[in-house]
Amino acid sequence: MTKSFKNIFEQYNWDTITSEIYQKTEADVLRALGNTKRDLEDFKALISPAAKPYLEQMAQLSNRLTKKRFGNTIQMYIPMYLSNECQNICTYCGFSMTNKIPRRTLNDAEILKEVAFLKAKGYEHILLVTGEANKTVGVDYINHAIQLIKGQFANITMEVQPLDQPDYEQLIDSGLYAVLVYQETYHKEEYKKHHPKGKKSNFDYRLETPDRLGRAGVHKIGLGALFGLEDWRADSFFTALHLRYLQKTYWKTKYSISFPRLRPHSGGLEPKVEMTDPDLVQLICAYRLLDEDVELSLSTRESEVFRNNVVQLGITSVSAESKTNPGGYVVEKQSLEQFEISDERPTEEIVTMLKNQGLEVVWKDWEHFS
Amino acid sequence: MDILKIADKEFTSRLFTGTGKFSSSQLMEDALVVSESELVTVALKRVEVSDKKDDILIHLQHPQINLLPNTSGVRDAKEAVFAAQMAREALGTNWIKLEIHPDPKYLLPDPIETLKAAEELVRLGFVVMPYIHADPVLCKRLEEVGVQCVMPLGAPIGSNKGLKTQDFLEIIIDQSTVPVIVDAGIGAPSHAAAAMELGADAVLVNTAIAVSQNPIAMAKAFRMAVEAGRIAYKAKLAPVKQHAEASSPLTAFLD
Repeated sequence: MTKSFKNIFEQYNWDTITSEIYQKTEADVLRALGNTKRDLEDFKALISPAAKPYLEQMAQLSNRLTKKRFGNTIQMYIPMYLSNECQNICTYCGFSMTNKIPRRTLNDAEILKEVAFLKAKGYEHILLVTGEANKTVGVDYINHAIQLIKGQFANITMEVQPLDQPDYEQLIDSGLYAVLVYQETYHKEEYKKHHPKGKKSNFDYRLETPDRLGRAGVHKIGLGALFGLEDWRADSFFTALHLRYLQKTYWKTKYSISFPRLRPHSGGLEPKVEMTDPDLVQLICAYRLLDEDVELSLSTRESEVFRNNVVQLGITSVSAESKTNPGGYVVEKQSLEQFEISDERPTEEIVTMLKNQGLEVVWKDWEHFS
Repeated sequence: MDILKIADKEFTSRLFTGTGKFSSSQLMEDALVVSESELVTVALKRVEVSDKKDDILIHLQHPQINLLPNTSGVRDAKEAVFAAQMAREALGTNWIKLEIHPDPKYLLPDPIETLKAAEELVRLGFVVMPYIHADPVLCKRLEEVGVQCVMPLGAPIGSNKGLKTQDFLEIIIDQSTVPVIVDAGIGAPSHAAAAMELGADAVLVNTAIAVSQNPIAMAKAFRMAVEAGRIAYKAKLAPVKQHAEASSPLTAFLD
């Protein structure tokens, strides 16, 4: 039988998990801190309100474990939006189909203009992003884009609509390294409310995307939940459950976790559940304490001060001066963005900030070996 | 002089080092110079091979430092052979540290793919230094295909746990006809000294130096520990005794 996370996921109940997390005690937290190998029960304790008084201790442990595994380094990456066309309705997203915005998909010449700009900044790891518009921005378009830029970047990641396994196999063959696919929320009923229309409304197809990626043999899978839709603690537990399942099942694949918090955007949705800065620090540290080697990534959604500090607390890769609109770097700076970024500092400034903190900036950490 | 010979090269230092995890390339260079290491491994995936001004490579330009490219990042024998050829072309050396760890979590080496790749690379004229489990049978099999040394791990890479595989390292050292270099897991100078006392021909250390509070001082500590361990090995350690041997109660009646 083909393995699927769905079978495991369906054994859990959202409300039960939530109440288990909120019932964790100081004793549970101390046990979790004292263990050297931590399991998902420990993770629940570390993300629970009971762990709040232990944030400094968690941060110090997280700092040490991260340095042991990743050294004094931070990996740099840059997103490049190829298209804002989208046939989904997502209540929180600027690209949502019902938003009356000008739509644009980059052509070859435009892609290469953007690429030249990003290469000049030093980037070697690129993240390609699109909405979901299978007719114009389908597998063929993406495959073509990867082949177009493959010679220029050591490492290509994409964050696009979920695809079928043979599509992934084709793209990996063309030079794709990693795929980010966030479940947004693991609360199935709420998920349906936030995604009423389009292919994305199929919760199960999205939930099983990392399985299809694992079977296709992708090098890295990025997971995450969009914080603000539902209780961040429960969503993070399910993300961690997903991570653990994938690590055991697709053991040749690397994993990364991202921490997107809802940002203002055109036609915006107010976060239903607020996740504060201390909450996010607690979560970053909890992931590191659960898993010494999972990559933890932080985008420019977060503020300068926050980013300056969490690069020491478990984060292993960051972007800088990201544009979330297609052509945003050079081609058409004013096209409509997916969300507003918060940290707008230029790459050079981020690099200096990292170096001043004793962190070596890693531009390149991959090579096409085939 | 106590020289270590691997293929056509002679080493006076038995401390091999790596280049990852340092907080800057300058600090890496300073630490490696103090370590007096003559063989320094560098991940091909981390260097910009087409770029003569690659930041890591610039800082490794010292006459005593020989570059040892490694294949970190490859998942099977085919990719490893490709990477080795790329390294030979880009860096002008036929030395290769063969690392095939398809598991990105613990970075444990795949013995089957490693043996396959080693055989092919030897045929292609490489000096092959394979990173492997402390598996005595695999070491003999690798010797048979013509590798120039073996590099068994002391503990999971980056773990700093020391010689967790000591019983197997002892068998490997006992049986080997090629140099044995303990790679991975060495977290303290005392671990390095212990490996040398066992009779290892060299050790490879990276994380323990790069991630210490003071990498330059730690590089010196490792240099001294490796030297001390080697001298102790050559001098033959006195045997270990569980308790004092004052009398011979069981055989005294013979006197």
